[in-house]
Amino acid sequence: MTNSHTTLKPSDPYRPAGTVYGTLLNFKREFDFFAPQMTQVPYKAAPQAPVLYVKTANTFSAPGGQVPVPPRIAQIEIGAALAMVIGADSDVCSWVLMNDFSVPHASYFRPPVKFKCLDGFLGVGSTCVTLAELGDTTNLQLQVHVNGALRQTIDLSGLIRPAAQLLRDVTAFMTLREGDVLMLGLDCLPDGTRPLARVGDRVDIASPTHAALGRLTNTLIQEPV
Amino acid sequence: MKHARVAYAGEIHAAIEHDGQLLLGNGRRVSFNDVVWLPPVRPVPQARTILALGLNYADHAKELEFKAPDEPLVFAKGEASLMGHRGLTRRPADVKYMHYECELTVVIGRTARHVKRDDTYDFVAGYTVANDFAIRDYLENWYRPNLRVKNRATCTPLGPWLVDAADIANPQALALQTTVNGQVTQSGNTRDMIFDVPFLIEYFSSFMTLQPGDLILTGTPDGVVDCQPGDVVITSIEGLGELQTTMVAA
Repeated sequence: MTNSHTTLKPSDPYRPAGTVYGTLLNFKREFDFFAPQMTQVPYKAAPQAPVLYVKTANTFSAPGGQVPVPPRIAQIEIGAALAMVIGADSDVCSWVLMNDFSVPHASYFRPPVKFKCLDGFLGVGSTCVTLAELGDTTNLQLQVHVNGALRQTIDLSGLIRPAAQLLRDVTAFMTLREGDVLMLGLDCLPDGTRPLARVGDRVDIASPTHAALGRLTNTLIQEPV
Repeated sequence: MKHARVAYAGEIHAAIEHDGQLLLGNGRRVSFNDVVWLPPVRPVPQARTILALGLNYADHAKELEFKAPDEPLVFAKGEASLMGHRGLTRRPADVKYMHYECELTVVIGRTARHVKRDDTYDFVAGYTVANDFAIRDYLENWYRPNLRVKNRATCTPLGPWLVDAADIANPQALALQTTVNGQVTQSGNTRDMIFDVPFLIEYFSSFMTLQPGDLILTGTPDGVVDCQPGDVVITSIEGLGELQTTMVAA
């Protein structure tokens, strides 16, 4: 018996080393569905700077990990995202899949801690893929399957701020350190809603265009008492 | 005991306050002036959860023309926003209103999940002072207060000390004060918090696990004013010390 299990090996699944940030309203379709409300109270104006939030470390779920859903919540939103992992020179060093689960919330006025920072509410892809391995992400697609049925196809050509621009606009006002992560955004469905899942569902995210990203699988379970 | 983390002679040290000096982990005593002060919290194995309260003092809520919230208004910050005592806080050239916020900060000591109110103090390692700067020019009504306002490098000084919880008899009865260039501009008491420390730990731990080293910044009272480059801003809390930062043009 050795103690090798106590040290991280290259084959160990990826875990975010730094702070994980998410981005709201960065898809044209998502933005357009919300646009009629943007001039209304409480928003009063469309957002100018990128709208960000933090996925705290308690949300990090192991690959294939189970996502505990509190009994008070019937369904949670699936948030398939491509995420940039920041390197030593504050640029992107690699990419990883994430599933940013949320308790559904209609208002984006107040920060979403109680909706997005529940234990296990961030599915994390096991594999980080380098820029060279992934290639151009402009037309990258992600597919979301729930219990094997296709529920959503996301096309990064629909981004308002593509990766490089998002990174530039975010780092214009805050610091991203090596190991920090920035998700590009979560698109909605063609009808403006977000895909939902409930306890017992298995949610898979993969890219049909960029298979190197692998597959991120999460299963929703009842929160243990 | 008052704990610090400092850089001295090319190394980072844990230190404690001893007779007006810093006693480093290696036994050496050095002056407060001879070190670079770092945030007084040890590195943690994964991202530190930093939760900060808005509108958690009735007078500040009134000042900002909001009704007092019926549940905590909370936002999360990244560790890259933290800075030590006696640092330089950058003020962008184009802004009109950038203000300090003196805040009692709870440092979690034990993994906390589903903690009941009566037990919450068992999960506190200690307390420190945060200055949670905001730039009001950048406020937008999307996940407000938005990260452009609240998650900027150099804009969350923390320290100078982590004071053991055992040394603070009642964290809800501490005088709190800010001075700008020696003039008192903010004066309050932690007894006026809307949601107190036990409430906050019970509330957060009801849906999220807090780990040792996680931080809760508990909000600020009335009395925030604009700070210009060159201003020396000292946020202080009774029993915890005086946290100094100097404003510089970005």
